[in-house]
This record gives sequence, structure tokens and C-alpha cells, in this order.
Amino acid sequence: MFPIRLEQVHFTPNGRAVLAGVDLCVDGEGITLILGPNGAGKTVLLRVLAGLERIHGGSVAWNGAGAPAERIAMVFQHPVLLRTTVADNAGLGLRPLGLSRPEVQRRAADVLGRVGLSHRARDSARHLSGGERQRLALARAWAVRPRLLLLDEPTAALDPTATEAVESIVREIRTGGAKVLMTTHNLGQAMRLADDIVFIEAGRVREHSPAARFFSRPQSQEARLFIRGELPWRIAFPD
Amino acid sequence: MGSTLLDAISLLAHLDPQVLAIVWLSFQVSLGATALGSLVGLLLGTWIAVAEFPGRAAVTVLLNGMMGMPPVVLGVIVYLALSRSGPLGTLGLLYSPTAMVIAQTLLVTPLIAALARQTVEDAWSDYRIELTALGFDRRLAVLTLLHDCRYSLVVAVLAGLGRAMSEVGAVMIVGGNIDGFTRVMTTAIALETAKGDLPLSIALGLVLISVVVALNALAFGLRQWAMRRYG
Repeated sequence: MFPIRLEQVHFTPNGRAVLAGVDLCVDGEGITLILGPNGAGKTVLLRVLAGLERIHGGSVAWNGAGAPAERIAMVFQHPVLLRTTVADNAGLGLRPLGLSRPEVQRRAADVLGRVGLSHRARDSARHLSGGERQRLALARAWAVRPRLLLLDEPTAALDPTATEAVESIVREIRTGGAKVLMTTHNLGQAMRLADDIVFIEAGRVREHSPAARFFSRPQSQEARLFIRGELPWRIAFPD
Repeated sequence: MGSTLLDAISLLAHLDPQVLAIVWLSFQVSLGATALGSLVGLLLGTWIAVAEFPGRAAVTVLLNGMMGMPPVVLGVIVYLALSRSGPLGTLGLLYSPTAMVIAQTLLVTPLIAALARQTVEDAWSDYRIELTALGFDRRLAVLTLLHDCRYSLVVAVLAGLGRAMSEVGAVMIVGGNIDGFTRVMTTAIALETAKGDLPLSIALGLVLISVVVALNALAFGLRQWAMRRYG
């Protein structure tokens, strides 16, 4: 499955270049943070890897193959939870796998324990707080035992406490052997979590380097500006 | 007028056998038709909501249009199909409760399917990406959406039952309103009113109104409970 190699990947819906020639190589270890301003193409890049978007040019190779050989899971910024219990939602991703009901229940209970939601297993998922919802979404993804976990700004709408809980779970999933690829525009989070950083801007990868080097000696001008908070991407309002 | 109403209430209070028989047959026919219509309508509506195929918009428009199909027109179509010279004439179903079930099934199926399509399509627009990312195929997605929208879909089913219980044209044409055999509440009300037997008409009317109001109350209560329970 690894390395995942993207070469000149273009995604141009209605002629708009959302991904404008992405070249990237992702190995199978650790947490890779995809960093960049809003509209840079971070989410679309994850959706391409999840098979949710068909690219308009270039190629994606999974250890040389056209499709991933192992399981991928994705958690969205605003996860959709079904109108049922927390436990049922945790086991949702297992339905396509054809597992027995006891096995689904066992795995769901296991991941709910790991994300600290066992006590809410029988509650309605839609009554959870924002942080609990995101932990449940992580549990749902974790239950399928993915080799690659894609996280699309999972803490964007969370307070610091809930963010810390999610980051702790992400680290545990990484420790369990899954490769984590996560988007964020939060520099603090990138410093706390990342093993390596992919900086993307205007649909192109501007830099891909180990996290320590990215923050101490960014190689690209765009990354330097982003880290310093100098915003060439500032939204212009009419006078 | 007052004495007529008292006579009607007396019929209900004394559980008049004629009234009970008519009410019982009405429930049998309408519940049977709603069950069949739900089976077909829920699956059809959900499939249209989720599937992508050429002409989907036209099918949706047709389905929505069929919600307003006049029962008498449908009754005539079923009558022609089941009449001795019709394609299904050899089955000998005309003027039987089975024919009434067929007619009402055809009447409520588009209604249930159209309501289900709208409900599930709204849910699908929310869930599509997430379920696709989880590896759901269309069949599994349909089953999951049916379960997730179950309380809204029950309302669609109750709407279908309400339409079946209250229609008169189709069952009159294909059932024939035969006393003790195919006479249901709506056809009995029409006939007895024409004959001047107002107490029986009013008694049946009270039952019919009660049923329709009870169905609406049930649908309302169910939605309220589901919103509180599942959000």
C-alpha cells in the first residue's frame, strides 16, 4: 500500500484548478499533517486518496498499484451520525465487512472504551456534544482497523479540551500501526502532532519535510509566510 | 338532526353488527393495501433517491404527479384490467375485496414512494460522502437510510393508510359496494346517504373521522418522540 505516490495530480471541477499538479510521496509511518490556508486543496487531496473524487489528470499509485490493498478510513470535519445509539454508530463502518453481529458489537464496544465513550454507548448519538461526536467518528473509523486514516480538520470546531482528547486518540491510533494523514490550518496542532508536514497552497505542494525542520527552517517562501502569520491569502473586502 | 345524531351514536354505542362488519372490512382492505404499498413504495422511493440513472428527474416528476391520481380514474383502470374481457379477467377478482386491495395498493404506492423518495434523498445528500467513504454499496446504503429515516417513513406509511381509508371512488368501482362482501365505510356512507339512512352514514363517518384523526395524531406523536429520543 505504501508508499503512496501522487504525480502531477490535477483536480479541476468546472475548469477551476483545486489541485494544480500535486506531486507527493507518503510513506506508511507516523502522522503526516497537511497544512495550508483555507481553499488550498487540503480536503480535496484527502478525498482523492479516499477515492471520493476522481482526478482529472496525473496519477495516484499505491506501492505501484492502482488501488490500495489495505483498508482506508476517513473522518470528516462535521461527521454525520445516524439516528441511533452511539454503539450502533461506532459499528457502522463494519457493516460492509460482513462481520457477525457479536463481532461488530465487540469491536464497537472496544473502540468506544478507547475513546472514553463507553458510558454513552446506549445514548442517542445525536445528543452528544461536539467533542464527543468527533471522538465517536474517530471510534467509527478506528473500528475498521484502517492501515491509513484520513482526518479532515477533525478539531476545527472544538474547544481546547476536546481538541486535546482528539489529538490523544490520534496518537494512539498511530501507535497502533495506522498511518495518519490529517489536514489542519492550526500551527500549534501541527507542532504537537506532526512527524512530517506537507504544506499545500493554491493546489500545489510547496513543501514536504520533517516537522522539526519545517518549523525551524521552512524551505519555501509560502511556508515561511504562513508560519509567521503573514497572510498573502488575505481576503480582500470592497471599500 | 339531533335525533339522527343520537341514532348514529346509539349504533356505535351498541356495537351494531352491520357497522362493525363494514369497519372491519375497511381496515382489512386498507391495511392490506398499505402493507403492500409500503413494501413496494418504500423500496422504490429509496432506490430512486439513491440511484443515478438517465431519466431520474422524469421518474421523480411522474411519481410526484401520481400522488394526485384521482381514485375514480385508477378504479376505472383496475376495473378494465380485471373485467372479464381485460388482461386479468380470468382471475375472476372483480367485485371482490382482493380487487379493492389491488386498487388501493396502486393508489397508495406512489404516495408512499414519493414521500419516501423526498425523505431519503434529503438524508442521502447528508450521508452520501460518509457512507461512501465507509465502503457502503448502494444496496447497503438503501437499507441503512431506510432504517435511519424510519420515523419519517412511518409518517409516509400513515399518510398512505389515511388515503386508503378515506378514498371512495376506486373501491366503489372495483368492489361494487356489495352488502356484506365488499361494502366499506366510504362506499357505505355514499350509499346510505343516497338512501336517506343518515344514522348509519353518520355513525360510519364518525368512525372514519376518528380513524383519520387518530392516524394524524399517531404520526405527530411518533415524530415528536423520535426527535426527542434520537435528535
